[in-house]
Amino acid sequence: MNIVVCAKQVVDVGEIKVNPSTNKPVLEGIPRKISDIDKNAMEEAIRIKEKLGGKITAMTVGPPDARERIKELLAMGADEGVLIEAPENADYHLVSRALARGIEKMGDVDIVLCGEASIDMFSGQVGPRIAGHLRIPQLTYAFRLEADEGKIRADRNMGDTMVISESTYPVVVTVTKEINEPRLPSLMQILGSANKPLNEWKMGDLGLEGEAPRVTEVDLSGVSMERKNVIFKDDLDEAVNELADRLAKEGVTG
Amino acid sequence: MILELNEQQRMIRNMVREFAEKDIKPRAAELDEKNIFPWDSLKKMAQLGILGALIPQEYGGAGLDNVTYSMMVEEISRACASTGVVTSVHNSLTAWPIIHYGNEDQKKKYLPILARGEKIGAFGGTEPNAGTDLGAMQTTAELDGDNYILNGTKTFITSGPEAGIIIAFAVTNKELGTKGISAFIVENDFEGYKIGGIFDKLGINASLQSELIFENMVVPKENLLGKEGEGYKIALSTLDGGRIGIAAQAVGIAQAALDESIEYSKNRQQFGRPIAKFQAIQWMIAEMATKVEAARFLVRYAAYQKDQGNRISKEAAMAKLFASEAASWCADRAIQIFGGYGYTKEYPVERLYRDARITQIYEGTSEVMKMVIAGSLLR
Repeated sequence: MNIVVCAKQVVDVGEIKVNPSTNKPVLEGIPRKISDIDKNAMEEAIRIKEKLGGKITAMTVGPPDARERIKELLAMGADEGVLIEAPENADYHLVSRALARGIEKMGDVDIVLCGEASIDMFSGQVGPRIAGHLRIPQLTYAFRLEADEGKIRADRNMGDTMVISESTYPVVVTVTKEINEPRLPSLMQILGSANKPLNEWKMGDLGLEGEAPRVTEVDLSGVSMERKNVIFKDDLDEAVNELADRLAKEGVTG
Repeated sequence: MILELNEQQRMIRNMVREFAEKDIKPRAAELDEKNIFPWDSLKKMAQLGILGALIPQEYGGAGLDNVTYSMMVEEISRACASTGVVTSVHNSLTAWPIIHYGNEDQKKKYLPILARGEKIGAFGGTEPNAGTDLGAMQTTAELDGDNYILNGTKTFITSGPEAGIIIAFAVTNKELGTKGISAFIVENDFEGYKIGGIFDKLGINASLQSELIFENMVVPKENLLGKEGEGYKIALSTLDGGRIGIAAQAVGIAQAALDESIEYSKNRQQFGRPIAKFQAIQWMIAEMATKVEAARFLVRYAAYQKDQGNRISKEAAMAKLFASEAASWCADRAIQIFGGYGYTKEYPVERLYRDARITQIYEGTSEVMKMVIAGSLLR
């Protein structure tokens, strides 16, 4: 199996603070990491390779420091890494096109694995868009996968229902975080990752020179929470009723 | 010397941090409360290569530098100081003397077992009447044919009840004083090896400390580490490295106290606002953070000097002295910030306070560290 795992470098969203005076999230100095669900995609790729053999390529579109994220995926078990240098403010269209071109450049790819969405923007567009660009089938929201030589079967979480789908190869599969527990690389794997190939491509290498994003980010602001500091001091029964009324009025309890 | 970690060191730190947060930290309070040795985490740490961090790759380890290693001990101790000291004793006090003083046969026999975590290491130096004054050691070793026969009692031995490979010290020639002490590699299934009482302690309760009793213990003579009479030298140079481990453990505890204090002070509301808004709290946090950073850089400097092959007695002593005092101070301030809640077992800071205290005592008290530092300055 020739597997490509698409992963995104994101800011560690748990570390983001919102500046209360500007209401803007402070992104400077926040550590970067691989979007969590993309690690699940990586783990699933390793399991498929362990079962059927083959090769795993970890691919990302991102800034130069995303190189370290690719290294982490190489340590986890990818055989080769690709960092596609993204233009400023690349949108989903451009990112998915770059990945699709990158995958085409890799040659005969059987499975493209992605997280269902990234933990920062959570749009869930990139996987399906790659399938669109490549004109190949897609299995989204897989929480269980069974890959065999000729076909792959996915249990897919559709919210209220569970759908079991099968596809031939090549195929794009997006996974949910329930699918597995990503492994940690050992020290030896981390040391070994230094010797694995890491290709760095520019948009020009993929025939996408000069392409501009079509969707631009106009503003980004945080949702800040303030305590209302309302204290109900009266008789307990009354206070409970009053609290229930207030919560309902505020729309908390509907 | 580079203060910034390189890419590989960051990756290793991130891996160890993630493991420590997910696997070690959630169970730290329970293991402490019930005095449970962290075997479960240690097995996983072995798979990740952490128990063979300093062991050269040809003997199944990762062959890491001391800077990276100290960072790993810090991250583990940040989650659980008990697991931190077990890791430090295993790597610094057991594997290191074998790496440094062992012959080829000893390295081939024992290092892979330690790297795979099949057996946990311990260091049998301290005796009831020979703590800081290691020269007062009473355990004896007498050559009898192909074996040494060891008799004596060791005490306060970290991982004692669980350890499988022990670096033990004994007097082979009483006339020669400290030059008559020798080091041995002891296995826990050697005839005459007994585990004595397990100590009930203030802190680091998941790392078990016990007596080890050698009663006519038969040690094959090929298990003599280094030469006869080199034991004292081996002990002192090993403890220099060990102090980097304990200093790193102390930094981990101090960092945990800081982490908990920041988190709590931002959430705890008094007088209608988070207590982090009060200068009294801010000053404590600022001082804690400064001590943590200073301690970390002292540890990193000592580790770096060790990597360069330099003598590090003074640097390691400074790192341990400062980091251990910082850990106790930070844990104390953390309890102050938590107020009454900090004094309860509902929150982890009381454990940090108890765990921090030992770092000022074991592998050389703060006073001994000052002796070592002054001694090297006033020579």
